[in-house]
Amino acid sequence: MINPFAPIGRGVLAGLAEIGRFAAFAGRSAASCFAPPFFLGQFLRQCMAVGYYSLPVIGLTAVFIGAALALNIYVGGARFNAESFVPNIVVLGITRELGPVLAGLMLAGRVSAGIAAEIGTMRVTEQLDAMTTLSTDPFKFLIAPRVLAATLTLPLLVLIADIIGVMGGYLVATYSLDFNGATYLRNTFNFLESQDVVLGLVKAAVFGFIIAVMGAYQGFNSSGGALGVGRATTNAVVGSIVLILAVNYLITAFFVE
Amino acid sequence: MTAKLQLIGIKKKLRGRQVLDGVDIDVAARRSLVIIGGSGQGKSVTLKCALGLMKPDEGKVLVDGADVTKMPPEIRARVMRKFGMLFQGGALFDSLTVWENIAFRLLYADKIARPEAKERAIEAMRKVRLAQEFADVRPIELSGGMQKRAGLARAIIAKPDILFFDEPTTGLDPITADAINDLIVEMVKELGCAAVSITHDMPSARKIADEIAMLHNGKIVWRGPTASLDTSGNAMVEQFVAGRADGPIQAVV
Repeated sequence: MINPFAPIGRGVLAGLAEIGRFAAFAGRSAASCFAPPFFLGQFLRQCMAVGYYSLPVIGLTAVFIGAALALNIYVGGARFNAESFVPNIVVLGITRELGPVLAGLMLAGRVSAGIAAEIGTMRVTEQLDAMTTLSTDPFKFLIAPRVLAATLTLPLLVLIADIIGVMGGYLVATYSLDFNGATYLRNTFNFLESQDVVLGLVKAAVFGFIIAVMGAYQGFNSSGGALGVGRATTNAVVGSIVLILAVNYLITAFFVE
Repeated sequence: MTAKLQLIGIKKKLRGRQVLDGVDIDVAARRSLVIIGGSGQGKSVTLKCALGLMKPDEGKVLVDGADVTKMPPEIRARVMRKFGMLFQGGALFDSLTVWENIAFRLLYADKIARPEAKERAIEAMRKVRLAQEFADVRPIELSGGMQKRAGLARAIIAKPDILFFDEPTTGLDPITADAINDLIVEMVKELGCAAVSITHDMPSARKIADEIAMLHNGKIVWRGPTASLDTSGNAMVEQFVAGRADGPIQAVV
């Protein structure tokens, strides 16, 4: 007789094993960031690739979200005669939640997929093996620079996204909703607390780490040619997004409590 | 003659299948050993175990008498500096130029300054007869034969003690393949190193080998000098050398 719980058990065990492998990989990746040799050139190149070249997509996302948020809060606030809270809620929503989460999600698509595809291709074409035979640890040469670059540049991107997002709300509020510009900005800065920004930056750093490690993990363990690299890329994006959303809740809950 | 590289009783199981079942090989300095065998018989896994890319389940890998399987990673990395490897597809790094590929070990492991590393890369290119004008191009712009030459230059640049070749002539036309074989023989002689190659290209094996070993079902079933290949008296070797479908080895189709 077939045990109906066996497939469930197998699935749970496989899932736990995958989590364990990912945790070990993340630990090794983090350790590689702090142990010599360091490859400064690779790190700076990744800062450009991850940070600088992501600016347009992050900026566009932020400005449209800020603008849409202002409109929605205005409409919702009007039901309680609370339209004047638009600047307060826009800045709170952008800095604490939408800035880091949306930047993280955009980078999951752009950066995590890119890392998985690049490292995955290197795996299936034996370039990773070649690197090892050339006395160079792929964790130090490939993974550590990407993890460090993503962890350090995502908070900077989020800081920029916060400013652009608030300005998106400001533009809509002043040009469409008849807010006074000076009053809008004063309300924004008076309401904003440093911990709101810090929370967003902490989230961004964690999301950056997740994005780079997930991409590297999927790429490093890919197999089976082009199909395997495609699968690794998809898994990197999906895995990053799910982890970002789950960790976002945990960090928020921790800070709120 | 003292063995430069020795594999003793190597066993390796992959996805439940016993790929290597007690492989014993050894090769001395200035000698070239070629491992032949059909697809899926464990040739690549043998090479990966020898190179330290894969950890055997059982057995020893001795380099100059020291067991590398028991060494801590940092000491094993030092032993790896004695190795040079030519991969089947070249395995050149797409993001680097040809000279940076060739000088990779010098640039990133030995931390040699770029001007000196480039000079040595171009010297290695000259040795493998790859024109200097290709130094600054990306590997994707090279033909298959040129990529093999670049891979060979990368393998020899640090003057290794042991050279490994994974199917060095696969995918090349017969003339280019012969030129690569000549280069391999020349490099092994010039460097005075030990060489281990895996191939199922018999003309290539005859040209580059001092000794040939046949791997079948994860075991070395025959080993002897290249000259005795046609008089081995081993039915599996005879079938493989003749390229016949009928015989003790079942064709995998």
